[in-house]
Amino acid sequence: MSVPTRPGGAAPPLPPLPLPRSPGGGGRQGRSPKKRRVNESISTWRLTDRIGYVLMWAAGLLLCAIGIGILAYMAFKGVQYLRPQLVLTSPTADIDQSSSGGFLDPLLGTILITLIGIAIATPIAIGAATWIVEYGRPTWLARLIDSGIEIIAGTPDIVIALFGLVLFQQGIFGWMSFTATGGAVFGRSFLTAGAMMSLIALPMVFAATREGLQSIPLHIREASYALGKTKAATIRRVLLPSVKANISTGAALGMGRIAGDTAIIVVLLGASLTLDPEGDVPGLNVLKGTGGTLTSYVYNNSPAGEGNAPQKAYAAAFVLLLIVLALNFAVDLIARSGAKTGLETSRLGAR
Amino acid sequence: MIDPHESTARTAQTTDEPANGTMPPPIRRITLDSQPTVALPPSQDAVAIANTGDRSLAAAGRPARGVAGPERMTISGLSVYYGDNHAVKNVSLPIRQGEVLALIGPSGCGKTTLLRTLNRLTELTGSARREGLITLDGTDIDSLEVTEHRRRVSMVFQQPNPFPMSVFDNVAYALREQGSKRPKKKVLEPYVVDALQRAGLYDEVASNLDHPALRLSGGQQQRLCIARALAARPEGLLMDEPCSALDPKSTNVIEELIVELRKELAIVIVTHNLQQAYRVGDHVAFMYLGDLVEYGPTDDLFDNPKAARTRDYIGGAFG
Repeated sequence: MSVPTRPGGAAPPLPPLPLPRSPGGGGRQGRSPKKRRVNESISTWRLTDRIGYVLMWAAGLLLCAIGIGILAYMAFKGVQYLRPQLVLTSPTADIDQSSSGGFLDPLLGTILITLIGIAIATPIAIGAATWIVEYGRPTWLARLIDSGIEIIAGTPDIVIALFGLVLFQQGIFGWMSFTATGGAVFGRSFLTAGAMMSLIALPMVFAATREGLQSIPLHIREASYALGKTKAATIRRVLLPSVKANISTGAALGMGRIAGDTAIIVVLLGASLTLDPEGDVPGLNVLKGTGGTLTSYVYNNSPAGEGNAPQKAYAAAFVLLLIVLALNFAVDLIARSGAKTGLETSRLGAR
Repeated sequence: MIDPHESTARTAQTTDEPANGTMPPPIRRITLDSQPTVALPPSQDAVAIANTGDRSLAAAGRPARGVAGPERMTISGLSVYYGDNHAVKNVSLPIRQGEVLALIGPSGCGKTTLLRTLNRLTELTGSARREGLITLDGTDIDSLEVTEHRRRVSMVFQQPNPFPMSVFDNVAYALREQGSKRPKKKVLEPYVVDALQRAGLYDEVASNLDHPALRLSGGQQQRLCIARALAARPEGLLMDEPCSALDPKSTNVIEELIVELRKELAIVIVTHNLQQAYRVGDHVAFMYLGDLVEYGPTDDLFDNPKAARTRDYIGGAFG
């Protein structure tokens, strides 16, 4: 807080004052002319530097162009083919495309699988992140968990899907999916696919939560302990509420990943056209049954699949894109509202 | 641990000031009249300042001085180690209700460690070890549940650190028992209001108890932290440089609050600011390199320090 003034400095106002000002003020003054010079003097750069500079610009512009291109193309095609009827009717297998229905079931499937996946992933991810940041002992175990989650994050979804299929075809998981009379477990259902989908979202929620917890300064925790609160109470009442925005951001990102995944749907959900409930317990039968999502619907109807109904594929893909974009927008919104609570400034001001 | 330059500079800044009229005004000055309120050389100056007494705070602080209440906490033979670093060396001190104990000393002298040990916060540091006995109302604090002890001896930190929740919830948080059913807001409200009033903050926040605490000003945040610490009705209040992040006006308000609160609490305050120790302290303990060099009534220690080191430190010869 105090400006360090050396003792015995006969004229202390002069030496100390320029010191704190010159780095900040001088730097700020020096930076803008320098910046202008950089722009003007690119012709004096070495050739390789100039090529690199141009390439960087090109890469950025190319990415923008691709993003805009996909959006514009999908919007054009989607709007062209999207009818309210498509969203409201279930698909039926029919050679005549005018009577093969819409994609109500895949849309519901996407929503259902996303909710199941995130509902499983979020508590596990929050628990793991909280343990790592707040406890983290023994260190080897913390490192092990860290690498474990990194491995999950790096595993291709088709591998996760195959692993899930092998896992959930074991007898003890028979309650999660269809079991044939011989005792063979089918292993494909919303429950099994959702369980594996949670692995897709888990690393995102984990990373976001951990980052949030790590950015809370130590003295906030100490303030809570100093009031006679236990560590558990501190985590539950102070720390986790403070990282709500981080958790939501991670969860929204994870939901986007789940909604966009295809491999797990094809392997573990059956990628059927409609929702096929299994058993006769209402609610649970849908979860135990197979189904499809927008991604599998797009695949099946695209020229690459069997349906060969590209118009419907475009319309479904457009809806899927809208869902994912909405989730990304929600991430932005949450992140911004988190900054508005003043938490960010308090973190910056903290030592 | 100790940076002689930094601490020398701090001392010089505070104590050189009155001698050098050409200097810019000090960063922290409590009253804005021309009287030198700062320097406390080992002379009669301090008494003279006190006797002129036109500053309300100094005047208010006066009469209560030396009125020692019952001894709430006793530190005997306390040593604290961080690994091999002997941070506090065999310190013994009484902490009484009705008065403020001010801990002074250069940076790294162990005052903050001592303070945190009283709240058992040093135990959170893995490498810390403690020897010696601390009692609270005659009971060894180690025999108390740590959470109960911390509720009875609360702490306010250097940096205002309200939790990222509403003003109301910040204070209510301290009141809510853990584990049990959470009391309703209606039940808690009188206690929260009482704590805010005792911290002198209620009038400023009465209309927006639901606003985020982080929107308050720094001084208000610090008083909110004091209200939070007071809410559980502790017997002791530990303050670790509570004003060092605040502007003069807020500092003044908080110092008045400290003087007011000491009637019901035993208060220990760590401060780098000698004037502050002089203004609010009834007893002052001067620490240097982990040793307790001198302990005594504020006036004695400032006017007539017995140890040469104390005299040098107060006089600004070293930091």
